Amino acid sequence: MTETYSRAARSACSATPAHAGLGLHPQHYADALHAEATGIWFEVHAENYMVAGGPRLSWLHTIRERHPLSLHGVGLSLAADTDPDADHLQALRSLVDRFEPLLVSEHLAWSFFDGTYLPDLLPIPRTSAALTRVAANIARTQDVLRRTILIENPSHYLQFPDHAFDEIEFLTELSRRTGCGLLLDVNNVWVSANNLGFDSDAYIDAFPGDRVEEIHLAGHTLDPIHGKNLLIDSHDAPIDEQVWRLYQRLIDRIGPRPTLIERDDNLPGFDALLREWTRAEQVLGTIENPTPVARRT
Amino acid sequence: MTLAAFQQAFAAAVLHEVPAASANSALADLVDQPGFAVYRNTVMKGCTDALAANYPAVARLVGAEWFRAAARVFVRSQPPRRPSLIAYGAEFPKFLERFEPAAELRYLADVARLDRAWTEAHIAADDPRLAAAAVAELPAEKLANVVLIPHAAARWGWFADAPIFSIWHANRAEPAAQPTTPLWRGEGALITRPHSQVEAVVLGLGDSAFLDACAAGQAVVQAGLDAVAAAPNCDLPSMLQRLLRAGAFTRFDAVDRNRSTEDNTEAT
Repeated sequence: MTETYSRAARSACSATPAHAGLGLHPQHYADALHAEATGIWFEVHAENYMVAGGPRLSWLHTIRERHPLSLHGVGLSLAADTDPDADHLQALRSLVDRFEPLLVSEHLAWSFFDGTYLPDLLPIPRTSAALTRVAANIARTQDVLRRTILIENPSHYLQFPDHAFDEIEFLTELSRRTGCGLLLDVNNVWVSANNLGFDSDAYIDAFPGDRVEEIHLAGHTLDPIHGKNLLIDSHDAPIDEQVWRLYQRLIDRIGPRPTLIERDDNLPGFDALLREWTRAEQVLGTIENPTPVARRT
Repeated sequence: MTLAAFQQAFAAAVLHEVPAASANSALADLVDQPGFAVYRNTVMKGCTDALAANYPAVARLVGAEWFRAAARVFVRSQPPRRPSLIAYGAEFPKFLERFEPAAELRYLADVARLDRAWTEAHIAADDPRLAAAAVAELPAEKLANVVLIPHAAARWGWFADAPIFSIWHANRAEPAAQPTTPLWRGEGALITRPHSQVEAVVLGLGDSAFLDACAAGQAVVQAGLDAVAAAPNCDLPSMLQRLLRAGAFTRFDAVDRNRSTEDNTEAT
């Protein structure tokens, strides 16, 4: 089945200035379909749509006819010391071909190795060998998808004694070698800076703005044992004020970029997500006042 | 240590909670840090949440706490083998069958089989449904010699020992249905997706035998004989109507495989 999307749906993809989008879950399909907020777009986890058929795909087609879409992968495992899984890559290619997404992104992380999938974004020691491997995996992915992808900075919980590169150097070099864009997750910067003890403002200020093609904003929680010494990137809470502050600092420096409100767990009503969306739009300068956005009647 | 060796050791420490002392030296320094538990917890939560989502009737029957405990044992022995959780846990029914704490819940594994059937039906290919009218047009002698092809989403089974369909169906209802005591007898089930949504109907032993024969490539006449052999009182014409209405089939083929019938499906 090949879908051809309307000129309106296509042009919204490249609309300037950059707009904010929402992470989309089945509970909000109907609200998303009828959302009339100007410029709104939606992002889904690609893996949730790697199916032969059924209502998930038909819903996503319906949404896609009205709104731009972004595919965010969590299972390609680009930082694994092995080639990307051929079947998974082909499934991603099929989705890209079907849905013509505005953006396609993955992580500087691994999750699938030696036939076992660990559903998390696992870290690596950032060495020269790792840089070569991850760059090759990104290049392979881009060849199969026939487009560039974006690579996201994950949240960090561990101090590695043997990094040869800092994260910004590593991401910048991946982008330089492969042509991939970068997805800067501001919440991940805040969480990692807190957990590893670096300066989040300095990280935001040093990140190469010309490579950033998408931004993620999400909520985090305190570890039940270690409290504020260990923040968890849980995506189950409203975006923290400190993350909004870092986001404003970033946009003031690099200008507007497509920005996702990323909520995956403990989902609130769609209106609550739209309030965060509106706040991001204000930071992006696309709207001035917190006027109520159009709602489904 | 190569990146591959690091990842092998890291994965084992996440999944099997290898203590720092027994991890290799490069890893021990990481496993010792409080943050390592975040990966362990996130991985386990991701897997057990996926199992709970894929086995909602089982989870409701045994309660969240029992389910989590069983799921953790399952995840450690059979972690996801594909980088996606949407269909995770195909072996969970078999696991429950042998899971000691579930020994007295003899119906649990079969309820899990229907939860699994629902998941498979939900994500199966978008086959057209064979319309009852297309079959009704066939002369009797022609109908006897065609093979009815099960819909890609169709899953069925006969459970001789317990009213599995009734137990399963009551525990999938949203909101939860008032508990009732089903008549304790064998029951079968057909779960399929004739249109956009998954649908489930109760089956008799004859229906199930008929579908088994169709799936094995038998012509309608042989499938009918199998059904009557399994359930001597079954009424074949009404059974066929019931299965067609439920969306069990996608098309029929002539027994001669060289002459497949093309225009016998309803538009979707």
